[in-house]
Amino acid sequence: MFRNQYDTDVTTWSPAGRLFQVEYAMEAVKQGSAAIGLRSKTHVVLGCVNKANSELSSHQKKIFKVDDHIGVAIAGLTADGRVLSRYMRNECINYNFTYESPLPVGRLVVQLADKAQVCTQRSWKRPYGVGLLVAGLDESGAHLYYNCPSGNYFEYQAFAIGSRSQAAKTYLERRFENFTDSSRDDLVKDAITAIRETLQGETLKSSICTIAVVGVGEPFHILDQGTVQQIIDTFEIAAEQEGPAAEPDAATGQDTAVEQGAAADQGGSTDEGVAPMDI
Amino acid sequence: MEQQIKSQNRSCTEAILARYGKAPFFFFFLLRKLKIQICGIKSFASQIAVLIFLLGRPLVLITMPKQQANWSPYDNNGGSCVAIAGADYCVIAADTRMSTGYNILTRDYSKICKLANKCVMASSGFQADVKALQKHLAARHLIYQHQHNKQMSCPAMAQLLSNTLYYKRFFPYYSFNVLGGLDNEGKGCVFTYDAVGSYEKVGYSSQGSGSTLIMPFLDNQLKSPSPLLLPVQDAVTPLAEAEAVDLVKTVFASASERDIYTGDKLEIVVINADGINREYMDLRKD
Repeated sequence: MFRNQYDTDVTTWSPAGRLFQVEYAMEAVKQGSAAIGLRSKTHVVLGCVNKANSELSSHQKKIFKVDDHIGVAIAGLTADGRVLSRYMRNECINYNFTYESPLPVGRLVVQLADKAQVCTQRSWKRPYGVGLLVAGLDESGAHLYYNCPSGNYFEYQAFAIGSRSQAAKTYLERRFENFTDSSRDDLVKDAITAIRETLQGETLKSSICTIAVVGVGEPFHILDQGTVQQIIDTFEIAAEQEGPAAEPDAATGQDTAVEQGAAADQGGSTDEGVAPMDI
Repeated sequence: MEQQIKSQNRSCTEAILARYGKAPFFFFFLLRKLKIQICGIKSFASQIAVLIFLLGRPLVLITMPKQQANWSPYDNNGGSCVAIAGADYCVIAADTRMSTGYNILTRDYSKICKLANKCVMASSGFQADVKALQKHLAARHLIYQHQHNKQMSCPAMAQLLSNTLYYKRFFPYYSFNVLGGLDNEGKGCVFTYDAVGSYEKVGYSSQGSGSTLIMPFLDNQLKSPSPLLLPVQDAVTPLAEAEAVDLVKTVFASASERDIYTGDKLEIVVINADGINREYMDLRKD
């Protein structure tokens, strides 16, 4: 995966027309712990896996409130993410001060993308090493965007970024068609389930994940641990009830999921010819 | 009609007299004395006109009286504000009349703004500046919340307001503020300001056009004995919440009688442990 000659500088093109430094920045996003987002017509839910450096330390904050109607989940270099969310907060405050109305999400995302693009075209800068899932609500409805270090942004119905996110993406791909009309609680359950997919075997506890919701009549806020644990308990109970009968199925199901995940990764590496930024 | 038309054709002399006063004529007589004639012109008013044309601005500076700016960036929209601190509550009140000069702009304008959970500000003066100040403080409060994950306390907001006002020391916010709320222990506190940010924690205060009428009455009712007298008494009033609200209503009713800028409606905001409560009372509309 190392392309040596043309990757020293962010301002050096490769003969194939790629900027390797930017692509390396996107690799940094894949190293961070998972973050997922999904939206319905009226609500958007963000979730992330809490990773702590050691047992002694607290986990890093990966979900930030930007304004009452916008929140962001990050994966990658958390420091870059913290700085970018401070920028986003300032933009929201300034827009609100001038226009006395909330900043439309689409605008904010474009400003973010432009800021990221600048870093890909200056020899004295480096690209931001963080991917942002921006969840927001504005006049045109609920939105979920993904901002790349490359300066691209995409709107998603549901998405997952970070390490082991492929499992979550598979789960979301299966279920996303139902999301538009989901109720808020179903959406949160789907988010927690998607996070569980990324854990791949670890027990799902409220201490290991953080969930945040924004929706119509509901300003952006992070759900407290008690609420999350309750929701986890409700579907642990449901799982137990189907447990004995479904266990052999579940076991084989997990195996196939892992296989699919591995296959997807290999598929990704053979796709090297296609530059990731071309999506 | 003929007379009107005549009066429009001012002679040269009248024109110069009207614009520059008598000074150019004295200057001209001096020249005449010294036997200096300008440009061979016979009529002396025309000579002055030529002189003015030639010398223009410097002559103006010598002969014209200094003119002051006749446009002010400020206006006073009137009104009065009052705040009283109690043991576990705070009452902030202001009238809702907005005026300019001797006219009323509206009878229904709120001078009270909630800055934080337990912190409310009432301001009288130039309402455009007041509005800008409120927006500024709201934005700063949002930043504080993002950084500290909690609301600003009333003493913290008091210091922020003081700094914000002094920042514009040389083009001030024409805003006379009174800040009221609960401090970190839940006790009522009132801070009173001047236009450039000098502030003090007090037990009660009033600002605005009616403050000269209101303040002595509050002093009479609420002023605690000197802090030099032992046992030391608290600045906050021992009155109950309902009594304090009644006092405020009385005070505004009296102020409306004599202050023309105070009246229409009274807005009373009470902050206590349960939250913020708002009530209204009618005042004289004249």
